[in-house]
Amino acid sequence: MPQTITEKILAAHAGRDTVVPGDLINVPIDMALANDITAPIAIDLFEKSQVQSVFDPERIALVPDHFVPNKDIRSAIQVQIMRTFAKKYHIKHFFELGEMGIEHVLLPEQGLVLPGDVVIGADSHTCTYGALGAFATGVGSTDVAAAMITGEIWLKVPESIKLTYHGQLRKWVTGKDLILYTIGDIGVDGATYQAMEFTGDVIKDLPMADRMTMANMAIEAGAKNGIISPDEVTLDYIKPRAKRAFECYTSDPDAAYAEVKTYDVSSIEPQVAFPYLPENTRSISGVGTIPINQVVIGSCTNGRIEDLRLAARVLNGRTIDKNVRFIIVPATPMVYRQAMAEGLLEVFLSAKGIVSPPTCGPCLGGFMGILGPGERAVATTNRNFVGRMGHSSSEVYLTNPAVAAASAILGRIASPEEL
Amino acid sequence: MKIEGKVWKFGDNVDTDVIIPAPYLVTTDMDELAKHCFEGVDASFAEKVRPGDIIVAGRNFGFGSSREHAPMAIKGAGISCVIAEGFARLFFRNAFNMGLAIFESSGVFQGIQEGDQVSVDQDTGEIIDHTNGKRFLANPIPPFMQELIEAGGLISYVLNKRRP
Repeated sequence: MPQTITEKILAAHAGRDTVVPGDLINVPIDMALANDITAPIAIDLFEKSQVQSVFDPERIALVPDHFVPNKDIRSAIQVQIMRTFAKKYHIKHFFELGEMGIEHVLLPEQGLVLPGDVVIGADSHTCTYGALGAFATGVGSTDVAAAMITGEIWLKVPESIKLTYHGQLRKWVTGKDLILYTIGDIGVDGATYQAMEFTGDVIKDLPMADRMTMANMAIEAGAKNGIISPDEVTLDYIKPRAKRAFECYTSDPDAAYAEVKTYDVSSIEPQVAFPYLPENTRSISGVGTIPINQVVIGSCTNGRIEDLRLAARVLNGRTIDKNVRFIIVPATPMVYRQAMAEGLLEVFLSAKGIVSPPTCGPCLGGFMGILGPGERAVATTNRNFVGRMGHSSSEVYLTNPAVAAASAILGRIASPEEL
Repeated sequence: MKIEGKVWKFGDNVDTDVIIPAPYLVTTDMDELAKHCFEGVDASFAEKVRPGDIIVAGRNFGFGSSREHAPMAIKGAGISCVIAEGFARLFFRNAFNMGLAIFESSGVFQGIQEGDQVSVDQDTGEIIDHTNGKRFLANPIPPFMQELIEAGGLISYVLNKRRP
């Protein structure tokens, strides 16, 4: 029976030849992860179970990234809980400050998630790793606790929907714009419980960073996972980083999909998601005049070196508008160092921006740039719900890094074309 | 088993940031989280809710983050169950794992008003609005998952089964 890539990965892990959507299966996991918000709950449950050891100390990743560097005493306690647990059970992949980065940029960078893996994470953006051709999905802390004990998780096999992109990308249009456009089209529940499979010539030519941006936001359409078949681009990324075996799967040509959608990208402009939903998208040319107070470039969606390079290119030695606060957050120490070596930090500082250590911080309204009443931010992040980055009357507009940089310069939501 | 209570109504796409804002994700104490439940949209919600009250909502309830703090806050506030036109995947899974009963049913958003007195039969999935007499059907919760909810969630359920 023809199978999609998602079905193949799950079938292989379940020890079966094939699976069909709706099947309930129990599968071993290749990696489980949790962060400083979700790990304490999982750890508490694990300790209550009185099990003597974790299933495999090398297949658990604990990344304190949300409220770290410790934003206050309670956040410090949450990280202490992780640190103590990691030491007690010899968890190899606990990332202390100085090595810590945003989990969904850090794990691929470190070669900890690979094609063909089943990865679960106590964080909704775990779906990011689907860009590498893995099955990766977010779960709650309780599921991660159970997985730390057994090394397994029960899953319902999802239907797959196929999203095909063809045509010629316009200038300044990136993976972020493609996924925002898609969510704008199908809605925040347009792919609920489904596997979003991204295919087509445009995807084949897309760099890995852009692929990760797309898979990262699959959850914002309600999807169970996002996935892209591994190809040369994937192998180029993986080979220098993989320290264990991996398996590349691709969908059979006649596999069954619940829905197939095709997008001609030639007419797609950079997108802006207006408050208060990622589906509330408009083309940049239709935005009007919206003055802003803050710009954030970073997050698991767009905090990679490619994103910082794009922003720096748009800035091109300019300073930002005097009414704007400009915050750049390189996602990992490696990204930070590379940005430094390439002279990007100088560009940001000269522009009168600030450069934060790696953290999720402002994306979820944690710290490192919170919005006051009535303030507006342009952000390369993934959510713009009410109160997401601060006060309940503040607003967040989601964009790609080029639009974010142009907006910082002009003091209003703007396209790089206007510079 | 029957659940009965007064209704609090919410719309479509009620997200996890609205249910429990990020600044409160520094505790796992259910009672503390409960105090801030829905704070961003109704600062007095937590005070107004009485144990046993029911939430009725539109589509895609609980969408956004995987934070279990969301069903914990709702449960801690005393809500006995959430009835919605539809649930986001992560919230669905986490609600059961936290021992919060949820029911998916078409027509409840139009048919039930805030303040109505509603009951739900977990065995049959029947929802009755005692204020206007309307009836709705949800998927019943199978006995083993009712046990899971009664135990207080997945881990309690699993540990109870392990003990002699």
